[in-house]
Amino acid sequence: MLERAHILVCGGTGCTSGNSHKIAEEFERKLKEKGLDKEVKLIMTGCFGLCARGPIVVVYPEGAFYQHVKVEDVAEIVDEHIMKGRLVDRLLNAEKEEDGSYKAINDTDFYKSQKRVVLRNCGIINPENIDEYLAYDGYLAYQKAVTEMTPQGVIDTIKKSGLRGRGGGGFSTGMKWQFAHDSVSDKKYVVCNADEGDPGAFMDRSLLEGDPHAVIEAMMIAGYAIGADQGYIYVRAEYPIAVKRLEIAIDQAREYGILGKNAMGLGHGFDIELRLGAGAFVCGEETALLQSTEGKRGEPRQRPPFPAVKGLFGKPTLINNVETYGNITQIILNGAEWFASMGTEKSKGTKVFALGGKINNTGLVEIPMGTTLRTIIEDIGGGIPHGKKFKAAQTGGPSGGCIPASLIDTPIDYDNLIAIGSMMGSGGLIVMDEDNCMVDIAKFFLEFTVDESCGKCTPCRIGNKRLYEMLDKVTKGEGTMEDLDKMEQLCHYIKENSLCGLGQTAPNPVLSTLRYFRDEYVAHVKDKRCPAGVCKALVSFKVDAEKCIGCGLCKRGCPVNAITGEIKKPHYIDPAKCIKCGACIDHCPKKAISK
Amino acid sequence: MKQINLKINNVPVTVDEGTRILDAAKKAGFNIPTLCYMKDVCNDGSCRVCVVEVKGARSLVASCSAVVTEGMEVFTNTPKVLASRKTTIELIMSNHKKNCLSCVRSNNCELQTLSQEYDCDCTAFEGQTIEYPLDESNPYLIRDNNKCILCRRCVAVCNKVQSVGVIGPNKRGFATHIGCAFEKPLSATSCVACGQCIAVCPVGALYERDDTAKVMDAIHDPDKFVIIGTAPSVRVGIGEEFGYPIGTNTEGKMVAAIKRLGCDKVFDVDMAADMTIMEEGTEFLARLQDKTAALPMITSCSPGWIRYIEFYYPELLQHLSTCKSPQGMFGSIMKTYYAEKFGIDPKNMVVVSVMPCTAKKTEILREDMSAAGVPDVDVVLTTRELARLIKAQGIDFAALPDEKFDNPIGEGSSAGLLFGASGGVMEAALRTVAETVLGKPLDKIDFKAVRGTKGIKTAVVELNGQKLNIAVASSLSNAKTLLEEIKAGKSKYHFIEIMTCPGGCVNGGGQPIVPSRVRNNVDIQTLRAKAIYDTDKKAKLRKSHENPIVKTLYADYFGKPNSHKAHDALHTSYKKKEKYGK
Repeated sequence: MLERAHILVCGGTGCTSGNSHKIAEEFERKLKEKGLDKEVKLIMTGCFGLCARGPIVVVYPEGAFYQHVKVEDVAEIVDEHIMKGRLVDRLLNAEKEEDGSYKAINDTDFYKSQKRVVLRNCGIINPENIDEYLAYDGYLAYQKAVTEMTPQGVIDTIKKSGLRGRGGGGFSTGMKWQFAHDSVSDKKYVVCNADEGDPGAFMDRSLLEGDPHAVIEAMMIAGYAIGADQGYIYVRAEYPIAVKRLEIAIDQAREYGILGKNAMGLGHGFDIELRLGAGAFVCGEETALLQSTEGKRGEPRQRPPFPAVKGLFGKPTLINNVETYGNITQIILNGAEWFASMGTEKSKGTKVFALGGKINNTGLVEIPMGTTLRTIIEDIGGGIPHGKKFKAAQTGGPSGGCIPASLIDTPIDYDNLIAIGSMMGSGGLIVMDEDNCMVDIAKFFLEFTVDESCGKCTPCRIGNKRLYEMLDKVTKGEGTMEDLDKMEQLCHYIKENSLCGLGQTAPNPVLSTLRYFRDEYVAHVKDKRCPAGVCKALVSFKVDAEKCIGCGLCKRGCPVNAITGEIKKPHYIDPAKCIKCGACIDHCPKKAISK
Repeated sequence: MKQINLKINNVPVTVDEGTRILDAAKKAGFNIPTLCYMKDVCNDGSCRVCVVEVKGARSLVASCSAVVTEGMEVFTNTPKVLASRKTTIELIMSNHKKNCLSCVRSNNCELQTLSQEYDCDCTAFEGQTIEYPLDESNPYLIRDNNKCILCRRCVAVCNKVQSVGVIGPNKRGFATHIGCAFEKPLSATSCVACGQCIAVCPVGALYERDDTAKVMDAIHDPDKFVIIGTAPSVRVGIGEEFGYPIGTNTEGKMVAAIKRLGCDKVFDVDMAADMTIMEEGTEFLARLQDKTAALPMITSCSPGWIRYIEFYYPELLQHLSTCKSPQGMFGSIMKTYYAEKFGIDPKNMVVVSVMPCTAKKTEILREDMSAAGVPDVDVVLTTRELARLIKAQGIDFAALPDEKFDNPIGEGSSAGLLFGASGGVMEAALRTVAETVLGKPLDKIDFKAVRGTKGIKTAVVELNGQKLNIAVASSLSNAKTLLEEIKAGKSKYHFIEIMTCPGGCVNGGGQPIVPSRVRNNVDIQTLRAKAIYDTDKKAKLRKSHENPIVKTLYADYFGKPNSHKAHDALHTSYKKKEKYGK
């Protein structure tokens, strides 16, 4: 039976935490109550990407994009939209067409500059139903690869597409497959790195939650290409929804005879097991991930030998990241030329970014390589909240660097980002405005890597710790100009001497901020001042006696009773008691308090 | 093997495929410093002291773990490399407790050496340090993580060489430290007490429990009769502590030095090794006759090995010889026979054994090690502690005359001396067993098939038409291989010798510590063993059963080997140990 309408409720982690499951249950109840459950189909999908507006509900055929939906809103959507065909204006995305009608989801600013290749099925299909994946050309690419292509032919296609690893390093995926293919062994493995650990990054999680079969199918193709019959997906235990949907997907694929000894009756066997990681950032490093998969302490080891030669259980292993796999089926189905037509000369295809920080549309975006930072921030991201000024963006998570506003028109690809002192990384993109102190930002990221270092090699274990302590000194106004030089030297030392990628990239946030925002460091050191007013040791809160009306709101808001003053007379903040929390500034109606 | 051509500092060199840069550089005439690396033990590439520049590489390369490739161009001494090494050493020192003046490893500390060579400033990086409590939970060694530099050699030797693996890195990042599972003390684990972790530690983070004060207290106590006995390997190791080349037998000076400590008697534990051969050889021949007895029979001299089988293979305990170790026999002979003969109250007797071994410190605490109702052995000193004691007493070791062990029961045969090297117990046993079976002297008494440092050595020995398969293993990972065969019912051996430490007691956990830069280039096991074999070659008394003291002991006291009295004093029993007990 053909339904007359589809209600899509986002089941990604963000919207789930906003109670989208209850919303879906309420829709189900309400539709049944109205006797509409046969003609209206309710689908729990993966992530739509615009997490800032969640929970999200989209109703087709109109493509009506409802945002910030609550359980209480369900009745109105059913009564008005479904029953009477009248959109619920107050819940709609505010963007309108020239004729005054509301824009359909794909025409809104957030979506129209995007190109969804990897995320093609996220927010479209029900990831817990293999039939929906099959309906969207699911497992067709695997069939094509096995029946129409040789393993080498598959690898040549991937090579020709120009696809590079989406997990950080940007190594040629085709070459990686070739190396694993060329290694001679009785047993080989295909591994999926789903240990996404960058703070603020959730590209891989969303893909696994929204379209798990795409990853499974890609791993099967990889298995065929390199000659492996066993795959492992190493996914962090902190991604319970992704884990659950992967389990469901693997079970369904086995049930359908897609995974197993003789996959789809095509003669090549492949099966997949999950391995849950306990959340160590370093396990995203491929050799550490393999150690952890084997049940050992997740620590990197010296390369070479590379995993393609000696990997899991000592056997040749192909290891790619989730998003990399997300591209494979489309390359096989649409051809290398199609894929290579997107992007820049050396960076082909699209890239998914997790937009976060000081930006209106926090969420997940997929853009063709070569899109400028400006397009991402201003058009797709909807700019900076509260009309503040864009200051910098951090790509590559704690391994990347800060890109200053002056470079906002840089087309984003692997090589450009490296050239300006950052890196693609896995795709975290954190936006900073004028209120961010860049020394503090560097300290924040470094604190993360210091905490997440596995502790194996000296430069990372002790070097980053000492670097952090020097940064801490600067933020307290205790640094010297010599410290800045010493920090820079130590950064270069750590990059060149560390054992693995974590250590080799850890100083990037410090180096890039020293490069583009040295004046801020100098202000902390020489003037004992934090220009952005973030570093607490260098900030003091003062009441402007001229502006203060003596209302006493600040006094009441102060959690430590640091403010004194009589009613209708200027108030005073005792610097000895003040903890610099900023509550007084928020409470003052006259903007009389400054720091 | 395929040959690889490369250049080290523009010097062409050709090496085997698979060679590490470090070794290729050595061949080209360039030494590269190392800290975490130790040949045959550890090459994790974690310390980064051995970094070099490789043309075309993105970052510096750890030469201890990176393998050469054709056409590679390596630079070991560029300003960048030297500056990096210096920074690495300074960073390590910033998190190292620098009380060098009172450190047991001062002047034999690899970090100290590197710091001096690289002109390091130990205050270059200052910051947080974490204070760790000492692990003093056991009677044989102490771990001081405040000095640990996380080279992980101890972890590697415990895991890979010994297949024990009770230590590993805990926590992560700056808080990483070496410890046991769930931060348990070492005493609560299945640590076998071999002390190989001490032998490989480059700094003072691991050291034996020092019992020297107990010895001096006893010597200064007028009521105590103090007997000091030395194990075979001590005499070929202790010279290193006094500047002698590795592999020098300084028995005469060692005995002279011990006498000058002021003890009452200095005896040779080699004599007890001879007794072990008599008891163990007899036991073996009895087992060969008895169809119900467990074969292979395995030696029981090495207390680390005894702990290992009790923890890990308790189902195979019946294969162990019931003989006490030479140390155990030495102590019990002293407290029974000797005490009776010379009218000394065993309670007033203090038996000190000097051993190349830390596990011996736990062996004396076993049940059963008290033939006269008091402990057989009261104090165990390692070779290192004896050297320390001699130094502290101001005894000029090198200037001493060679002196002999005390009589009447001091002398051992050189068969007993062989116990110090892997294969030595087997060879000594074969000399005696073969002559016992044949009833006449052997033409050739050297059994060279069981000599050498190979992990597992095997041979077939024909005795009166019966072919005996024998095997010798040193290191517990090699022992494990043989045990797994027994467990699977596939072992063809009749008699197996197992020593805990690689190469046997000469390389024991209580022997002088040789820094990695020497160990990486010199085979200390072979050199020390050679000193034993050289002595044996020249010895007059080369068979245990010909030792007149052995004959006297049986004639005067024990009757014959495996007699009831011998069983009471010279044999023991074993029982299963829980891996994570109290």
